[in-house]
Amino acid sequence: MTSVAAEESTGTASRRTRGRWGDRLLFGYTWLIIVWLCLPIAVMIAFGFNDTKGRLNLTWQGFTVKWYGRLFSVPDLTTALVNSLTIALVATAVSAVLGTLIGLALGRYRFRGQGALNLVQFAAISAPETVMGASLLSFFVQLNVGRGYWTIVIAHIMFSLSFVAVTVRSRVLTLDPAIDEAARDLGATGWTAFRLVTLPMIFPAVLAGGLLAFALSIDDFIITSFNSGSTLTFPLWIWGAQKNGLPPQVNVMGTLIFVAGVLLAVGNALLARRRR
Amino acid sequence: MRRRLAPYALILPGGLWLAIFFVVPMVVMLSFSLMQGDVVNGFSLTWHWQNYSEALSDYDDQLIRSLVYGVIATAACIVLAYPVAYWIAFRGGARKTTFLFLLLLPFFVSFVLRTFSWKFLLADDGIVLSPLKHAGLLPQDFHVIATGFAVVAGLTYNYLPFMVLPIYVALERVDPKMIEAAQDLYASPAQAFARVVFPLSLPGVFAGVLMTFVPVSADYVNATVLGGTNNTMIGNIIQNLYLVNNDYPQAAALSFTLMAILLIGIFLYARALGTEDVLEVATR
Amino acid sequence: MNTNPALLRGMTGRRDALRLFGLAGAGLGLAACGVKGQKAAPPKQNDVQKYWAGKTKKGHLNFANWTLYIDKNRTPLKEFTRQTGITVTYREVISDDPQWFGKIAPQLQAGQSIGYDLMVVTNGLEFTKLVELGYLVPLDHSQMPNFTKNVGAAYKQESFDKGNVYSVPYATGLTGIAYDPSKTGREITSIQDLWDPKFKGKVGMMSDVQEIGNFGMFAVGIDPEKSTPDDWKKAGAKLQEQKDKGIVRKYYENDYIDALSRGDVWLTMAWSGDIFQQNLNEGSNLKFVIPKEGATIWTDNMMIPKTADNPVDALMMMDFFYRPEIAANLAEFINYVTPVPAAKDVIAADAAKATGSKKKTLESVASSPLVFPTDADYARLRHYRSLTPAEEKDYTAVFQHITAG
Repeated sequence: MTSVAAEESTGTASRRTRGRWGDRLLFGYTWLIIVWLCLPIAVMIAFGFNDTKGRLNLTWQGFTVKWYGRLFSVPDLTTALVNSLTIALVATAVSAVLGTLIGLALGRYRFRGQGALNLVQFAAISAPETVMGASLLSFFVQLNVGRGYWTIVIAHIMFSLSFVAVTVRSRVLTLDPAIDEAARDLGATGWTAFRLVTLPMIFPAVLAGGLLAFALSIDDFIITSFNSGSTLTFPLWIWGAQKNGLPPQVNVMGTLIFVAGVLLAVGNALLARRRR
Repeated sequence: MRRRLAPYALILPGGLWLAIFFVVPMVVMLSFSLMQGDVVNGFSLTWHWQNYSEALSDYDDQLIRSLVYGVIATAACIVLAYPVAYWIAFRGGARKTTFLFLLLLPFFVSFVLRTFSWKFLLADDGIVLSPLKHAGLLPQDFHVIATGFAVVAGLTYNYLPFMVLPIYVALERVDPKMIEAAQDLYASPAQAFARVVFPLSLPGVFAGVLMTFVPVSADYVNATVLGGTNNTMIGNIIQNLYLVNNDYPQAAALSFTLMAILLIGIFLYARALGTEDVLEVATR
Repeated sequence: MNTNPALLRGMTGRRDALRLFGLAGAGLGLAACGVKGQKAAPPKQNDVQKYWAGKTKKGHLNFANWTLYIDKNRTPLKEFTRQTGITVTYREVISDDPQWFGKIAPQLQAGQSIGYDLMVVTNGLEFTKLVELGYLVPLDHSQMPNFTKNVGAAYKQESFDKGNVYSVPYATGLTGIAYDPSKTGREITSIQDLWDPKFKGKVGMMSDVQEIGNFGMFAVGIDPEKSTPDDWKKAGAKLQEQKDKGIVRKYYENDYIDALSRGDVWLTMAWSGDIFQQNLNEGSNLKFVIPKEGATIWTDNMMIPKTADNPVDALMMMDFFYRPEIAANLAEFINYVTPVPAAKDVIAADAAKATGSKKKTLESVASSPLVFPTDADYARLRHYRSLTPAEEKDYTAVFQHITAG
């Protein structure tokens, strides 16, 4: 009896020491990957503080915060950033509404054509961006529509819509339809029931889908590049300007967007925790 | 009656949007791929199927290269991502969310900017290679940028988080008691991993492959920024044919071929591997 | 974009797919009509009057130019604003002709503004297409007194736009080789240096098919201007060899300057004035040579796209560049050949007046073979070959195969 117990304890002990070494290795490795992923961000932030003299922001020439003061001194860059932000806002708002409606329909009803709709959404999510950009451009060429701000908005709504729909749908599937019915039984009209009962319940999913749409829109380069005409967004401007060296303002704007995104995400997580 | 119409009313605006700006453009692109002509004289639909054979014979190198790069980068993503996902899922403890968040940090910086950042970091006379060259550790003409390695590395870098997340989700669902049970039945840790943990995590790996392989194979940003003369991918060609040459028929034929290869691949893959599990994980 | 295959689950299979094909068929019907061509008839005399009648000055102008193509302080533009009251939004958005053409052509086709009233395009394939498609405004010479008075005689007769119907030269320049002497460790004198295995992975070539084609032809001893389709193939083979041996790092647009300053390449095909400006702005020490086998001379032309919102202002700006003092100022800074011969005297006079380093710079400009090529230099310079649309297809096929990787 005792011998069995002893054997077992040595067994777990050796397993544990080995496990500990393996754990340490994995722990170090995980950090290594994180460092690798974040290295470019660190460089971007650092070179926003570089006191570069010439056109090229290549070598470290001393610390300065002057680029933060001159953030908007490259007029095209500012316009591009404003374009990116407004396009993302419009695209997010529209795709959040349209996507939520689809998500509701898919989560709550069974109807003919559902399969086709799913197929289209699946294709819209998984088709390569290059192909989606190209086909939309073909469409605009065919109709002889000039490319610009609104064609970008159309494209962004097109590709972010399905992401919202999928997010909302999976939330709706977890809801008990009885709640909605109960509201109706108590005399609520369809709209009132939706506004007071359904919407608050699916709202976290709508918000999550919307945030995803915003992130996709503001960072999109490939589809936008096909359909932008001479309108520039932030990624497109960087792409063009890179050929002659990026000004430090790009680093500064990148840093600010990064910080804003991180603060939003952290704030959101903290809020969610408190609510719980 | 109203109940029956309700779903259609709900999907109408979004469905129309997708039909008009996604489905119809695909069809228009299909029709372009069968046209002949040029931007000066116009294009006419002549059912010129040769566009496909010409596009394929002109750009077969780039098409194959894209798929090869896609496979290598996806494989590299799996190898790099798996241990990370494993560690976070089983040993992350209370800090799981923090680690996941750190892995997602790059997404707060523009994709284009991140890629340029690597070009800058690894420039021939840049902050990494220059000291090594001065120390005599590397020959003067050594370079990383403008090689196939740089392109694949860039792709791997950009899409790694898409691989970590689904694997993590799958591993996170593995009940640690299962591992204990396996070990109680005298399985070595390696055996427990190979027989229990790994099979249970496969759906996550499959979902990760779906999320990386398609965008990686069709990407052109990395090849443009980090590539040299022999690293052009099919995305570059499509982009160039559309936006520079305005050769819409060839470009459309090529886009269609690419999409057909990738989508058929996905469908077969999803069917063959038992979609339910894959999908279950991916929805999370 | 990431994939979320959750949707696959809801797919019920073949029937829906068939329905989709039905929808697709309807779309195909819609798309079956083709896309109209835009080939334009040559302008008649009254087109000029018809276009310009009723057009008035707007007080503003959007100007699209190449990088490093005016001094840092934009002196000529400021002077223009001071004298005419017209404000100029100046953007260096053009990095090579094919890219630029690809960008603006669809918009011009749709009759949509490209956002610019004045742009600079090199004589070449794209210039020809712009003319053929009727995308350019015919110029009203009666409103261009400075041009009429001061332009060099040769510039009125250039084959790509005889009589300056659509364009007037902005500057003329050379395509040669630029290099960083501290890296190459020797003087570069020949096109063959671009094929030297010692510089493996450190040579930059241009992605523009005409530019790279010309250099391929120089390398095999062919005069590009008189080349035949067989010559193109020979040049193509030579360029392919250079690529296969890993000598070429990359095929560049105008970003070769950046690559050269970073040390990514040690020697590269380059445009003459860029190097001068780069040295001036960045204090770098790059060199530019006309290789002994020859180099090409090209003309960058100012023109007005047909959808311009402010054509009168653009025309005034064009004419303004033909004042000798303005042309001189431009040449002093960009170090390209000026189409205004009288500018040379102005530069000489400026140099005589100036002191110190400024004097040195100006004197070097006045004596620079890149701004005022000597007869011996001219003898080594070749023009672009003009190509018919049919020839263009073959030509492009040969050289794009190389640059496309």
